[in-house]
Amino acid sequence: MKMIKSTLAAVAMLAATTAAYAEPVKVGMITTLSGGGASLGIDARDGFMLAIKNSGNSDVEVVIEDDQQKPDVAVQLADKMIQSDKVDILTGIIWSNLAMAVVPAAVAQGKFYLSVNAAPSQLAGPGCDAHYFSISYQNDNLHEAAGAYAKEAGYKNMFILAPNYPAGKDSLSGFKRFYDGELAGEIYTQLGQTDYAAEIAQIRASGADGVFFFLPGGMGIAFMKQYAQSGVDTPLIGPAFSFDQNILQAVGDAALGVKNTANWSKDIDNEANKAFVESYQAEYGRLPSVYSSYGYDTANLMLSALDKASVSDADAFQKALEEADFDSVRGKFSFASNHHPIQDIYVREVVKEGDILTNKIVATAMTDRDNAYVGDCKM
Amino acid sequence: MFRETTVNTALVAILVAVPLVAQAAGEPFIITLATKVAIFAMAGVGLNIALGYGGLVSFGHAAFFGIGGYAAGILASHAQSYTPLMTWPFAIGGTQQMLIIWPVALAASGIAALVIGALSLRTSGVYFIMITLAFAQMVFYFAVSWPAYGGEDGLPIYVRDKFPGLNTLDPLQFFAVAFACFLLAVLVSVVLSRSRFGLALQGARQNVERVRAVGIDPYRLRLVAFVISGMITGLAGALYADLNRFVSPSMLSWQTSGEIMVFVILGGVGRHFGPLAGAALFILLEHELGSVSEYWQFLLGLLLLLVVLFAHGGLIGVLTRRPHRD
Amino acid sequence: MSAALLIEQALNGLQFGVMLFLMAAGLTLIFGVMGLINLAHGSLYMVGAFACAAVATATGSFWLGLVASLVAAALAGAIMEIVVIRRLYRRDHLDQVLATFALILMFSEGTRWLFGSFPLYLDVPEILSGAVALPGGVQYPLYRLAIIVAGIGVAILLFLLIGRTRLGIQIRAGEADREMIAALGVDIKLLYTAVFALGAALAGFAGGLVGTIQSVQVGMGEPVLILAFVVIVIGGIGSIKGAFIGALLVGITDTLGRFLLPVFFGAFMNASDATAVGSALASMLIYILMALVLVVRPGGLYGAGT
Repeated sequence: MKMIKSTLAAVAMLAATTAAYAEPVKVGMITTLSGGGASLGIDARDGFMLAIKNSGNSDVEVVIEDDQQKPDVAVQLADKMIQSDKVDILTGIIWSNLAMAVVPAAVAQGKFYLSVNAAPSQLAGPGCDAHYFSISYQNDNLHEAAGAYAKEAGYKNMFILAPNYPAGKDSLSGFKRFYDGELAGEIYTQLGQTDYAAEIAQIRASGADGVFFFLPGGMGIAFMKQYAQSGVDTPLIGPAFSFDQNILQAVGDAALGVKNTANWSKDIDNEANKAFVESYQAEYGRLPSVYSSYGYDTANLMLSALDKASVSDADAFQKALEEADFDSVRGKFSFASNHHPIQDIYVREVVKEGDILTNKIVATAMTDRDNAYVGDCKM
Repeated sequence: MFRETTVNTALVAILVAVPLVAQAAGEPFIITLATKVAIFAMAGVGLNIALGYGGLVSFGHAAFFGIGGYAAGILASHAQSYTPLMTWPFAIGGTQQMLIIWPVALAASGIAALVIGALSLRTSGVYFIMITLAFAQMVFYFAVSWPAYGGEDGLPIYVRDKFPGLNTLDPLQFFAVAFACFLLAVLVSVVLSRSRFGLALQGARQNVERVRAVGIDPYRLRLVAFVISGMITGLAGALYADLNRFVSPSMLSWQTSGEIMVFVILGGVGRHFGPLAGAALFILLEHELGSVSEYWQFLLGLLLLLVVLFAHGGLIGVLTRRPHRD
Repeated sequence: MSAALLIEQALNGLQFGVMLFLMAAGLTLIFGVMGLINLAHGSLYMVGAFACAAVATATGSFWLGLVASLVAAALAGAIMEIVVIRRLYRRDHLDQVLATFALILMFSEGTRWLFGSFPLYLDVPEILSGAVALPGGVQYPLYRLAIIVAGIGVAILLFLLIGRTRLGIQIRAGEADREMIAALGVDIKLLYTAVFALGAALAGFAGGLVGTIQSVQVGMGEPVLILAFVVIVIGGIGSIKGAFIGALLVGITDTLGRFLLPVFFGAFMNASDATAVGSALASMLIYILMALVLVVRPGGLYGAGT
C-alpha cells in the first residue's frame, strides 16, 4: 500500500514537472526501523530522504522496508524489491551481517548497491564488486583512526575490548594496525552484554594508560555509564558509534570529554554540511547523527550520478558514481579503486552545548585514508 | 462447518495454486513467499510431533532449525571454497548436493535432539519449556561467538544447492522441492500418529501410568518422538538456508523458537495441516500488517493473543468449528 | 591476578546474582502460586526501567523514578493479570507460553510507540555515584554496593512476607493446595492479582535499579528473562530460597567464568585464541551448569521434584 501511494505521488509529480530527467529510477531501501537497533536505520533513512527532498528531483522513487535487523528478512526484502518492485539500486543496510546476506546476491543480479553504513572487509577485498559502493567508510576505518590517534597521543599501554563477533574482531585488528604500543589487555565480550563490571575490574587491575573500546548501541551506553561509576579514570577512546547523536543523550554526562573518531561531525566547516545540519534540524527537530550524514551523502552521490548517466547503462552509471562528483558533507570525498571512500578521519570530543551533548572536532587522526583491502580487490 | 479433510485439501490446493498464478503473473516474489510458507509449515510439522502428539512443549526448536541450516551452510561453504570439511581421521569435503546435505542435516539435528532431549526429558511441564529454551540459547551463543563459520555475521551460500534434474535457482522449481519435502513431512507425521508408536505417544500424553502399565517406557517413547521432531525441523532449516542462500545465528534465536510454536498454535495443535494454516496466516499477516504500520508487531501480538484466548483449536479449529481434535 | 581483582569480581558476581534474584523471585512466585509461566516478565522489567527513566527525567529525582518503577510495573502487572492472565490459569502451559509471547510483542512495540526508538537517559543519583575503597585495596562502585544491599534487603522482606504475614500464609497455602484456600474463604481472584502485581513490582524494581547503569531500551528484558529461567530451573521452580541460591550461583559462575576462562586458556594458547575460545565457552557456561544440576537433581536444587 505504502509503495502504491508513493508510486502515485511520483507519477503525479512526474506529470507536473517538465521531464528534466531521462527516466524514473527506483531505489530499494532496506533498513532497520523496528526493534532495538531502529534508531540507526531511522537516521540513515531520514538523511537519505532529506537529500532527495532537497534536490527537488521527482524522478526518484524510494521503496522503504524494515529489515527488523534480521538477515533472513533482509534477504527476502531484497528478493522482493528486485523481483516485484523491479528496483535499480539498493541501499540502506546498517548491519554488516545483513549486508553480507544481501549484497553479494544483489550485485550478482546486476543491481547497484550503495552502502549507507555497513562495509565489511569481505566486500572490500576479494569479494569487491563493480556495482558495490560504500559511501560511509570501510568498517575498519574508524578503529584504525583510533589506533593512529592513540599512537600519536603517546599512549603506550592500551587495554582494548570489543564484542565477540566478526565486526568486533575487525575492530581490534583495525586498531592494532596503527597502534604499536603494548597491550595491557585484550578482551572479547559477549554480544548484547549489558553488564561490564567484570571487564572494568580487569581494566582497573591492568594498569593501562588508555582504553579503546568498540561497543555499538546499548552495549556502549551500558559500558560508559558503568565506567563512569567505577572510579577508574583511565582515558577512553572509541569509534564514533558509541558517542553519536542518536545515543549520546542516553549515555549522559558520563560521556563528557571522551575522544572518539569519526569521518563526519556537525562542525566540519563547509557549505554542504551547514546546509545539511540546518535542514535536518528543521525537518526532523533533532540533530543529525553520523548515520544521517551517510544517508544524506549516499543520496547525493546517487543523484549526482543520475544527472550524468542513466542507471540502465550500467557501465556509464558506475563511472559516474566513481567520479563522486557531489558536495559531500564531509568536504573531501573520493573513491579508492575498491569503491570505498578516501577521506579524512577526525578525533572528536564529547561536549555539552546548552543541555545537549554533542561532539566537536579536536584533531585529525588520518588524512586521505583509504583502506587496508585495496590491494586484494581485483575488479 | 467444514470437514477437516476439506479444509486441508483446500489449504494445500491454495499453497500450490498461489505460486502457479504468481508465475503466470510474473510475480516471482510471491513464489518465494509461498516457499517460505511451505518451509515454515514443515518446521511446524516437526514441532507438532513433539508438541501436538507428545505433549512436549519445546521452546527450543530453533536449535534444530538452525543446526539443519548450518549443516547446509557449512557443507556448501566448504564446497565453494574447495576446502575439506575435515582431514582427520579421514578426509571429508563439502558438497552442494541437496541429496547429500539433507541426510547430514537430518543426522546433525537428530543428534542434537538426542542430547538435548535426553537431558530435558528428565523433567516435564514448565521445566521442560524453560530447559529447551535454555539449551537453544546455549547453541545460539555458541554460533554467535564461534568464528569459524562467520559467527554473528552468518554464512552466505552464494549459489543455491543443487538437486538432480532441477534448476533450484528458479523460484518455482525450488518451491516444488520445498513443497515435496513438506508433504513428505506431513506424511511421516500422519503415519507416525496412526502407528502403534504414535498411539502410545498420545496415550502417554493423556495418561502416563496406563502406558507404563503395558510395559512401555514413556521416557524412551518421548525421546524418540523428540528426535524425529527435531530432525524434521532440522530439514526445514536446511531448506530455509537454501531459500535465503544464507545462514545466521538468528535462525537459532529464541524468537525463532517462538515463531515455530506460533505456526503450530495459530493453525491448531495436533492437526496434521495445522502448521500450514498457521505459517500461511503468519506470513500473510507479516506482509499485510507490515504495510499498515511500522508497529505491526503490536498488531501481530494482539491478534495472536486473541487467537489463544478465544479461538481455541486455532485456524483449523475455527474453520471446522471443532475446537478439539477428533 | 591480584586478590583485590578476585574480590572485586566476586562482588560483581554477587551484584549480578542479586539482580537476577529480583527477576527470578517474581517468576517463581507466580509459578508457585498460580502455576503460570509468564514470558512477559521481562517486559515488566522493561516497564520498570522506562518508568524510572521517564519520571527521573521529568522530576529530576532518581528516587521518585524508582518509586515509579515499582508502581508502574505493579500496575502493568495487575492490569495484565485482570485482562489477560486470569483467563490462562486453567489453560495448559502451551497457551500460557503463547499468550505471554504475544504480550512481549505488544509491550515491546507499545513501548517503542510511546517512547520512540532512541534509548532513554537514566543516571545514578549523585549520592550513590563514584567508587568507594573497601578493605583489601578494592575500589568498588558505590551504586553496585547499593544494589547488593537493596537486593538482599528485598530478599529478606520477601522471606518475612511469606513466612510471617497473612498474605504469606495464603500464598503458601495456594502453593500447596489451590482448592483449599478457596475453601478457607480467601478471595482467590484478589490473591492472584496481588501475587502477580508483587512479582511484577519486583521485576520493575530490578529494571529501575539496573536501568541506571545499563541502557534503557526496548528489548532489554528478554535476555534477563532467559537468565531468570535458568536461575529458577537450577533453584527449583516455586521455591524462593531456590531462586536466591540459583541466582547467586548463576551470577557468580557467569562473572567469574567470563573473567577466568580466557586466563585459563591463556596458559596453553596464544592470547587472542585464548580470549576467543574462553569467551565462547564462558557464554555457554551457565547453561552447562544448568545441565549438570539437572543430571543430578531433575527438580532443581530446592524443587519438589517432578
